[in-house]
Amino acid sequence: MFLSVSPSPHHSAQVDVSKVMRSVALATVPGILCLSYFFGYGVFIQILLCIGVAIASEAIILKLRKRPLSDTLKDNSALLTGLLLGISIPPLAPWWISVIGVGFAIIVAKHLYGGLGFNLFNPAMVGYVLLLISFPVTMTNWQVPLELSQYPITFMDTLSAIFTGVTTTGLSLNELRMTVDGITMATPLDTLKTDLTLGLTATESFAKPVFSGFISVGWMWVNIAFLLGGAWLIMQKIIRWHIPVAIMATIAVMATLGYLIDPDTHGGPLFHLLSGATMFGAFFIATDPVSAATSNRGKLLFGAMIGLLVYIIRTYGGYPDAIAFAVLLANMTVPVIDMYSKPTSYGHSIKKRGNNE
Amino acid sequence: MNTYAELTWQALWKNNPGLVQLLGLCPLLAVTSTLTNALGMSLATMIVMIGSNATVSLIRNFIPKEIRIPIFVMIIAGFVTCVQLLFNAYAFGVYQSLGIFLPLIVTNCIIIGRAEAYASKNALLPSIYDGFIMAVGFSLVLILLGGVRELIGQGTLFDGAPLLLGEWSSVLRVELVNFDESFLFIMLPPGAFVALGFILAIKNSLDSKVEAIIVPPVEVEKPQRARVSKVQ
Repeated sequence: MFLSVSPSPHHSAQVDVSKVMRSVALATVPGILCLSYFFGYGVFIQILLCIGVAIASEAIILKLRKRPLSDTLKDNSALLTGLLLGISIPPLAPWWISVIGVGFAIIVAKHLYGGLGFNLFNPAMVGYVLLLISFPVTMTNWQVPLELSQYPITFMDTLSAIFTGVTTTGLSLNELRMTVDGITMATPLDTLKTDLTLGLTATESFAKPVFSGFISVGWMWVNIAFLLGGAWLIMQKIIRWHIPVAIMATIAVMATLGYLIDPDTHGGPLFHLLSGATMFGAFFIATDPVSAATSNRGKLLFGAMIGLLVYIIRTYGGYPDAIAFAVLLANMTVPVIDMYSKPTSYGHSIKKRGNNE
Repeated sequence: MNTYAELTWQALWKNNPGLVQLLGLCPLLAVTSTLTNALGMSLATMIVMIGSNATVSLIRNFIPKEIRIPIFVMIIAGFVTCVQLLFNAYAFGVYQSLGIFLPLIVTNCIIIGRAEAYASKNALLPSIYDGFIMAVGFSLVLILLGGVRELIGQGTLFDGAPLLLGEWSSVLRVELVNFDESFLFIMLPPGAFVALGFILAIKNSLDSKVEAIIVPPVEVEKPQRARVSKVQ
């Protein structure tokens, strides 16, 4: 199966789906290592669990749809969906969270729409949003970075926490989320949002241990690692620069504007770029070749829309992070964007409206 | 098949108002979050349908053709008001949990559809039966959807049944699975859309099999050939 990622005229060599998916998966490695450095073995366990469930659901639905099994499984697209969802799920979330999310992503969001290439929405993000609106408490309970955590957690503890809800020493998930001060702590984005609603200023919020300066502990390095992986993907010509750059630029511009207007109630541009899932979303989620816009102009518009939505939802919405919602909302606009951003083919001039000559 | 068997077959499977005609989606999706709500809505719809079909059938010869639709709507609205007041008096809990969807039965297309398509053209008894069996067909879908959503959403069946059926029915409550958190997506209308989609898919895949059982394939008598040309 071949995948042409550029509008005509075609020039570059065709790449096959399997190789694209493999490269994207490979590019997430620095980010995953970084995540696991800060949040423990749970990251690996969730990712493996999600990949396993993804491949199993893909096999089941292919069987039901009477499609060839091995060819489609070999294209690695299910693996990538599982991988991306595994990275998005909190590392200590119970196992059934992953099973429900990945199963829904593969079976409903991907195959009920017709399989790879036909899905309107990014499957991993559909699964994520399903989980987020169904189980908001579990899905927003990210663990604290290990260096801030009160209890050291071993591999067996993590495994047991994911599959039974308590660690081998009998600690519950909530206790694991306690910091050295004995208080549970939310993610940096969540902390800032809650503090602002409590009437604190951004500066006061940034003084908490989850921040160092105005940068989020742990999350900064995770975002930088995903940025590196994404940059490698662009150099490999697996993805184009348009979508990630448009997302980052829009977030930076919006955050700068907000910060200039009222620094007390807004995190600055660096805070927004290096918190939550900004880089992961910009390079790995929004660039999905199936559900993103096609032409270069369309990609810039698509990315800008995601950036704008992320900033608006983060600042004024009900959820701390917004990559999933922003990507899904932007996915809906892709047919229109594609229709109005069609590149002119070589040798033709742009047709003016109302001029039929 | 006689009239009643045909009506039953049409209402329960072939032309099921919930699954084939896809009428009345608003109550179907909005109030089926629990089995009790689905039962309450079924009961209300059934009373209104029987009443409106009977009334329309009785006065069908006196209605000027040009203004029949407003007249049907007023008849239906009258019955809905009665049902609403009855629920308010005898099942206040369900009255509260059905909320706006109880008065909105007026706009349920199944009811006006049957009044227009059947009751306004047929005698009293078949019309009453049509109203009853169409409501049963709709109720079965409501109850199935309500049961599935309640089971997946919060792991119980007949939660809150005493609101509708009285104190004794608290024994009906079954807790099959105990969830720490309810599955909100299924409890909200989008989950109803997805669940209804799956039920539709199952229904469609069973269609040909069920039809073969209920309606035996009719042997079409082949016309005898008038002339047979011989090949020699």
